Formats: sequence, C-alpha cells, structure tokens
Amino acid sequence: MLNFEDPAIRIENLTKTFGEHTVLNRLNFDIPKGKIVTILGFSGAGKSTLLKHILGLMQPSSGSISVLGNDLSTLDNVELREFRRNFGMLFQYAALFDSLTALENVAFPLKEFTKLSKGEIEAKCHSLLESVGIKEIAHNKLPSELSGGMRKRVGLARALALEPQIMLYDEPTTGLDPITTHMVNDLIASTSQKNKDRQMTSIIISHDVRASLRISDFVAFLDRGNIVEYLPASEFAESTNELVQEFVNL
Amino acid sequence: MSEQTRELPAYLKPIESLGASVMNTITGLGSFITFLSKAFFWFVRPPFRIRLYFDQLYFVGNKSIFIVMLAGSFTGMVMAYQTYFGFKLISVDSLVGPITALTLAKELAPVLTGLIVAGRAGAAMTAQIGSMKVTEQIDALEVMGINGIQYLAVPRIVAGTISLPMLSALFLFIGNVGSYIVGTKFLSIDEAIYLSKLGQFMFLSDIWQGLIKATFFGFIISCIGTYFGFNVTKGAEGVGKATNLSVVWGMIMVLISDYFLTSFLIQVF
Repeated sequence: MLNFEDPAIRIENLTKTFGEHTVLNRLNFDIPKGKIVTILGFSGAGKSTLLKHILGLMQPSSGSISVLGNDLSTLDNVELREFRRNFGMLFQYAALFDSLTALENVAFPLKEFTKLSKGEIEAKCHSLLESVGIKEIAHNKLPSELSGGMRKRVGLARALALEPQIMLYDEPTTGLDPITTHMVNDLIASTSQKNKDRQMTSIIISHDVRASLRISDFVAFLDRGNIVEYLPASEFAESTNELVQEFVNL
Repeated sequence: MSEQTRELPAYLKPIESLGASVMNTITGLGSFITFLSKAFFWFVRPPFRIRLYFDQLYFVGNKSIFIVMLAGSFTGMVMAYQTYFGFKLISVDSLVGPITALTLAKELAPVLTGLIVAGRAGAAMTAQIGSMKVTEQIDALEVMGINGIQYLAVPRIVAGTISLPMLSALFLFIGNVGSYIVGTKFLSIDEAIYLSKLGQFMFLSDIWQGLIKATFFGFIISCIGTYFGFNVTKGAEGVGKATNLSVVWGMIMVLISDYFLTSFLIQVF
C-alpha cells in the first residue's frame, strides 16, 4: 500500500457499519497533495460512503480521517461546516441550482462566502465559466437549457469558485456520450494542471477504467469496504489482483 | 442454532399491522419533532439571509392574494345568501351581517385560507425542496458549508407563519365586502341596519381569534411542507408522493388543530 509524507488526506482504520452491515472495513489510505487519485470499484463497494466521510458528512464507527492535517473527529459541526469550504465537488449530475442561471450558480458560493463586490463577482464568474469552456452566450441560461456536458462544466466552475484545496468528482462522466466524456476527463486533467502551483488535490470516484488510467496519477480499487489495490496509474493495469484484472478487462 | 421467524396466526395479523402503523406514526412524529428543533436551532443562528425571507413572503403571500380574494368574496356572498334565507324564517334577517362576519372571522377565513395555502404553497414547498433533494442540490449546499434546513426550510416556515394571518385578514375583509354587497344590494337589507348590527355584535377579540388560528395554521402547513420535502426518496415518483402526503397532512392538521385551538381560544377570549 502507498504511503505519503504530509498527505492531503490520511485515513486510518476507518470502519463504518450500518446495523450489522459493514460498509467500510478498517480502511487505511493516504491521498497525496497536488495529485489526481481515482477510486474505482463495483457498485456498493463503499465509494460514496468513503466520499461522505472525507467530506465530514458521515461520522466513522471507528478510525480516523485527517484532511489537510486536521483530524475531522476533533471538529464540531460549525467548524466542520467551515472546513468544508476547502472542498469543491462536482456531482454526478452537476447538481446545479435549477432556479439560477449558469452565472448565478457560479456566483452563489462567492456571494455567500466572500466580500467581493458585485462587479468583482461577475468578472470572476465570467472568467471561471470561460476557463471551463462555457461561452458568454450561455452564461445567462438556466441549467435546463444546457446540455449534460455544459452542466458539468458549469458545476466544475462553481466548485472551483472558492479555490478549493481538494476537488472531489463523483462519477463525473456518468450518463454522458463518449465525446463529452472525453471532454470532461480532459477538463478534469487541465483543471488539476492549472491549479498545480497551489497543490490542489483531485479525487475522482469512477467506474471508467480507461479514463482513470489516462488522467490520474494514482488509482485505488475499493472492494467490500477495503482498498485492495493502490498503485500509480501507469502500473495499475499490470496489477496481479484478480478483481482488478476482472474490472480492467471488462 | 439459527433463529427462525414464525408465521403469526391469521387472527393476530390485524394486531400486528396495527402495531406496525403505531410504530411508524411514533417514528414519523419523532423525526418531525427533530426536524422542527433543527429548524428552530438554525432560525436563531447567523447568517440571517433576509433576502430569502422576502422571496418566500412574496411566494407564499403575494402569489396567494388572488386566489384568497376570489375564495373570500364568494364565501362571503354565499354565506350572506344562506344565512338570509334561514334567518328570514325566524325574522332575524337583520343579523346576516354580524353572523357572516363572525363566522368568517373565527372559522372560515383562517380555515379556508389554511386549506388554500396548504394546497398551493405547502405543496410547492415539498415539490421544490424534494426535487432539490433528489437532484443532489441540497447535498451541494451542504458541501459548500451551507445548512439545507437553514437555507431552505427556515425562510419558508417564517414566511408561512407571517403570511397566513395576513391572507386570512384579507379573506375576512373581502368576504365581508361580498356579504355586504349581496345583503344590501340583492337581498334588500338596509345598509344602516347591516352596519349597526355588525358594530353591535362583532368585536376585535373575534378577529384576534381568527388571526391566532391562521398564524398557527401557517406555521404547521409550512413545517409539514418543508419536512416532507427534506424526506423525499426514490426520485420523481417520491417527489409526487411526498407532495401528495404534504397536502393531505397539511389539510388534516389544519382541521384537527382548528378544533383544539377553538376550544382553547374560547376559554381565553
């Protein structure tokens, strides 16, 4: 298993049980700063539960999670809420606020958490939307007027608005056509590259093996609540783990 | 030894299902009370997003004005007709004004406004919040560090609680105007007698009773509307089901609480 000095996220002996059902089982896992790490796994393997623990939305049954050097179990609810501003998240279906335009969606976190003027917010939103490839003509469109790929881009711009230290991608290419999937993956890679100087860490929850190997620095495989393989992306396809081989060769 | 589940005898099945519904009701009530405590906790905690309160006041209040005026005017007019022909039989038709006004003030205005708002705004609250829940918009708020209950439920509950007595007052006023027009113009009750009897039998405390009821109805309808929204599961089908339940429970609670409020307020005033 890979261990890193001063990782962005350190998970130690994390166990989560719901009644008699164990979802995460003594999981140990380091996620290095400034890298793209993809977590692969079959449905029901515990990926979403792991993500919720990283965000502090769920409390572990036992074990600990340390994010950017802060043990989440020592933070109270208010501190956790503030701490979550270190995260940006791109949801599976973008989760844009459907009553707000693309521009207003991106402006939302800036209005809530910064003291920027209206003009500064607008300028920043335009720049963020341009950086993810949304042309000005679409800035004032509602999410329902945008295509799936465009919604993902706007969701990414919104997630990046507060310059998070950690970007989470929850199955970012689910439900997209192959060309848009490729475009979204490229966007994730280029976003990580653009934010490399401030060591932004990217964590992707995915089923897409090929894309994961193409854009990630490291790939982990989660099975029945445990990381059964964790390797640099270049070595992942050569894993001797049977489950990994089955998944890779699907 | 493995534990075996024994099939209950047929005659015990109704007791089993009764027990299950009692347990479900208690669990649901507990979850509703927890939701209310969270809403109260977040109501008194900053940040106070005043704009959201005004947005909801506009939606629950302003956007209900037309339907409340329509219902109020026709209810008042019908009341005037019905009381007139009944009262005429015992030669007290001059009391049409105060009887209509009292019925409207104490019962019809708060209850009918409550039912209208439960059907319109309560349902909309559940549908809006429910669809935000199934499309992960509430999760997006949480990830940003914004509490969903504080951002979505509290402004709606406050707006419902403030709007309903105002709408009920409007219902009462328009209903009385309708009754006055029908009574004096179509049923030939003398205008002076109509107004003097109204002044003789109608008191401010009667109006207060209705407004207190309406305030409570506004609170309970918006709590139910937001609670069902936050508890939506199973996608679009779940949103429809929750909206339906929200309207049904909103209306039922208006009618049930009306009885208890009436018996309480009669003692107070």
